[in-house]
Amino acid sequence: MSRATTESLTATGGGRVGDSPQRPDGNLKVRGEFAYSSDLWHEDMLWGATLRSPHPHARIRGLDVGPALAVPGVYAVLTHSDVPGENLYGLEHPDQPVLAGDVVRYQGEPVAIVAADHPETARRAAARVRVDYEVLEPVTDAETALRADAPVLHPTNPDGNLVRHVRIRHGDPAPAADVVVSGEYTVGMQDQAFLGPESGLAVPAEDGGVDLYVATQWLHADQRQVARALGLPAERVRLHLAGVGGAFGAREDLSMQVHACMLALRTGKPVKIVYGREESFFGHVHRHPAVLRYEHGATRDGDLVYVRAEMILDGGAYASTTAAVTGNAATLGAGPYRVPNVHVDCYGVYTNNPPCGAMRGFGAVQACFAYESQMDKLAAALGMSEVDVRVRNAVEQGSVMPTGQVVDSAAPVAELLALVRDRPMPPAPSAPYDLRELPGGVSNTTHGEGVVRGVGYGVGVKNVGFSEGFDDYSTARVRLEVVGGEPVASVHTAAAEVGQGLVTLKAQIARTELGVERVVILPPDTSVGSAGSSSASRQSYVTGGAVRAACEEVRAAVLARAGAGAGLAGGKVVSAGGDVLADLVEVLGGEPVERTVEWRHRPTEALDPSTGKGFAHVQYAFAAHRAVVDVDVELGLVRVVELACAQDVGRAMNPDAVLGQIQGGSAQGLGLAVMEEIQVVDGVVRNPSFTDYLIPTVLDMPTMPIDVLEYADPHAPYGLRGVGEPPTLSSTPAIVAAIRAATGRALTRAPVRPEHIVG
Amino acid sequence: MRVTIEVNGERRTADDVWPGESLLYVLRERLGLPGAKNACEQGECGSCTVYLDDTPVCACLVAAGQAEGRSVRTVEGLAGGDGLDPVQEAFVATGAVQCGFCTPGLIVAAHELVHRDPGATDAEIREALAGNLCRCTGYEKILDAVRLAAAKKAGERA
Repeated sequence: MSRATTESLTATGGGRVGDSPQRPDGNLKVRGEFAYSSDLWHEDMLWGATLRSPHPHARIRGLDVGPALAVPGVYAVLTHSDVPGENLYGLEHPDQPVLAGDVVRYQGEPVAIVAADHPETARRAAARVRVDYEVLEPVTDAETALRADAPVLHPTNPDGNLVRHVRIRHGDPAPAADVVVSGEYTVGMQDQAFLGPESGLAVPAEDGGVDLYVATQWLHADQRQVARALGLPAERVRLHLAGVGGAFGAREDLSMQVHACMLALRTGKPVKIVYGREESFFGHVHRHPAVLRYEHGATRDGDLVYVRAEMILDGGAYASTTAAVTGNAATLGAGPYRVPNVHVDCYGVYTNNPPCGAMRGFGAVQACFAYESQMDKLAAALGMSEVDVRVRNAVEQGSVMPTGQVVDSAAPVAELLALVRDRPMPPAPSAPYDLRELPGGVSNTTHGEGVVRGVGYGVGVKNVGFSEGFDDYSTARVRLEVVGGEPVASVHTAAAEVGQGLVTLKAQIARTELGVERVVILPPDTSVGSAGSSSASRQSYVTGGAVRAACEEVRAAVLARAGAGAGLAGGKVVSAGGDVLADLVEVLGGEPVERTVEWRHRPTEALDPSTGKGFAHVQYAFAAHRAVVDVDVELGLVRVVELACAQDVGRAMNPDAVLGQIQGGSAQGLGLAVMEEIQVVDGVVRNPSFTDYLIPTVLDMPTMPIDVLEYADPHAPYGLRGVGEPPTLSSTPAIVAAIRAATGRALTRAPVRPEHIVG
Repeated sequence: MRVTIEVNGERRTADDVWPGESLLYVLRERLGLPGAKNACEQGECGSCTVYLDDTPVCACLVAAGQAEGRSVRTVEGLAGGDGLDPVQEAFVATGAVQCGFCTPGLIVAAHELVHRDPGATDAEIREALAGNLCRCTGYEKILDAVRLAAAKKAGERA
């Protein structure tokens, strides 16, 4: 490997649990020396390119790779018949071809792959593959797809175009209420828009296997699927985590992994594939667009009596994680509120739209936009303040969720709402106006005329970790040894560092538990057991728990060897009272202590299929937002002035990283509120670029004051609560509510467009 | 074609460059300098920002041939030796780096700003960085980093 991809990181700057040490990969990243998956390079390397279907639905009548093979510089052109193993993969349900065979089900589906000596040669050759398509009518509406007369997109699926239907039946099926509000809400298709495109390098190995260096969220899930597609035993498909340029759910499914390996094994040469931005929009799943119909009933005093909801999530052409997303939307669909009677039907559906799966918030985002919009509507109908109606109904520890699950740790929802409500308001713009502080900015569209301020609130609930009985675990290998006369801890996991700072946290845990300063973080790969996915806000909890457990075993072994002592601190074996009993270097001598631990959180349960009852989620997490916006009501332009957030994190393991997660999550929620949507017309994506798919810039983002609460969860390592996703839920409804307050418009759709405000 | 560029103070030559290649491609794939990043390759995200004759540009929008005979400074060339430039230091110290893919471009853009105007107000910092997308941080800690680096620069000049 001419450009190293598997370097260990040494963390020496200190920092225990609760501190905010600098990232051990920080210097490499600011110097431009951190090796992302797209930076990899190998002697004699080829470049791969992918030919994708231009049609959302078509039958493939014939394929001719001849013209592509004839291009000088081309080494291989492969199609479905070249897939060595099973030509189907999928995270939960293998229904997606590695390369399309007889039919394509979405625009952008891979049909052929090419390896060549230059990326442009590979792209041009791929464009010369002749594909004879018989274009079919696409199924582009999720509700139409559920009709009995709709074409069935996956004939082997026993439920037609239905991926999953989740029912929640809680309390009285026919409750009566004094005040009833109802609404239909729509959420557009959001893209994760990580900055580092899908990429990786496959290197053929002498044993007939392959080493794949790739940016992913879950090495072992990739390994399982890639091995199956290659027809190889898993041990001959070795995955190594290359630098990951953001993830947010988009790297949970495979993209170029199998393709690069197929080309490398066929040509006998290393093959690198790097998607461009346009291809990236077709290369990963998106957030499910949703239609959500809600009815809330309450007493005249404002106590919720019931929630009825029907949600339809468009899963697109392949299942990906649609089943789990459907489960989340349903089980969290009444929000962080005490509701005695709940009736939810949530449907995940196949269509010919782009496949949808994991994105930060994972089903809870769509539901939160709808139930929070409903809570505002209810407040208006009751003549109450929108915070008061939420606080009055807020869950707390001991509350029962619609699944029957009791909330068994802190749930300070009312306190979070009070914190954001009680913050001082930002000043309104006043003459003489600075254009940069007005909607429209330096476009010079207003000097204050037509600008109206609005304030809105949102609060949400997200599950942490994998739910519904999934065997959710992580593996950590910890080694303590003397290096250069100093005790050094090494931590090896397969957990993907995607930017969140797990590399920092693993070192903090090792320092805390083992009393050493110097910690080596080994590069994640499949030579150690699975860590599960870097998703569901779970890695601090689960891999953090595994690292702590492995450290505890190492510590116990060291203390046994020392024959005395209660702990390790400052490189010494110490008594319970902190007296130094022995030097760790002397106890270790030349014999390292190493332990590998597989660690699980307490088990969850599957949902009862007819009632949705069950202990489905290991932990709930809550965040609240207050948004302040200025809206040019004549032009429909919005400026978010301030976005305050309060969140309970159980224990702030790394307070700076916690703030970074809350700010980043809030920003993605702002994007969904006012600008981000993949526009799909007749199954065709109209805006696959950063010119046309807009994500927030520094000019779009307001200041984000944050309150962090730390109510320990006694079930979780260090009492921590997952942090990454909750702020993405509540920021969107808070901003849309603020725009409603400024404009008086109903605004039932996210993102809000100018025409919704002025139309 | 052959392209000769002064990169980070060193004269570098790349042979067999296809005329359609960008400066970004030549830096990353032919000269072994992958610091400038390839997030959109159409001038929207700023992750490939480098100095071209002292002006920050998106290297993806510069044809390699346009850089012939000119001087380029990349994120790899901002600090001497193994050290960090104060802007790089500030990004690490403030927690402005998460995934870090936007970081090299932001650092070059911020470097240009703090040298040009170390007294920049928040509104001016936001304008100067408006061409650099970040998806992880929400920009708050990036603003902290630039304020910190600017204050240090202003202190040096005082």
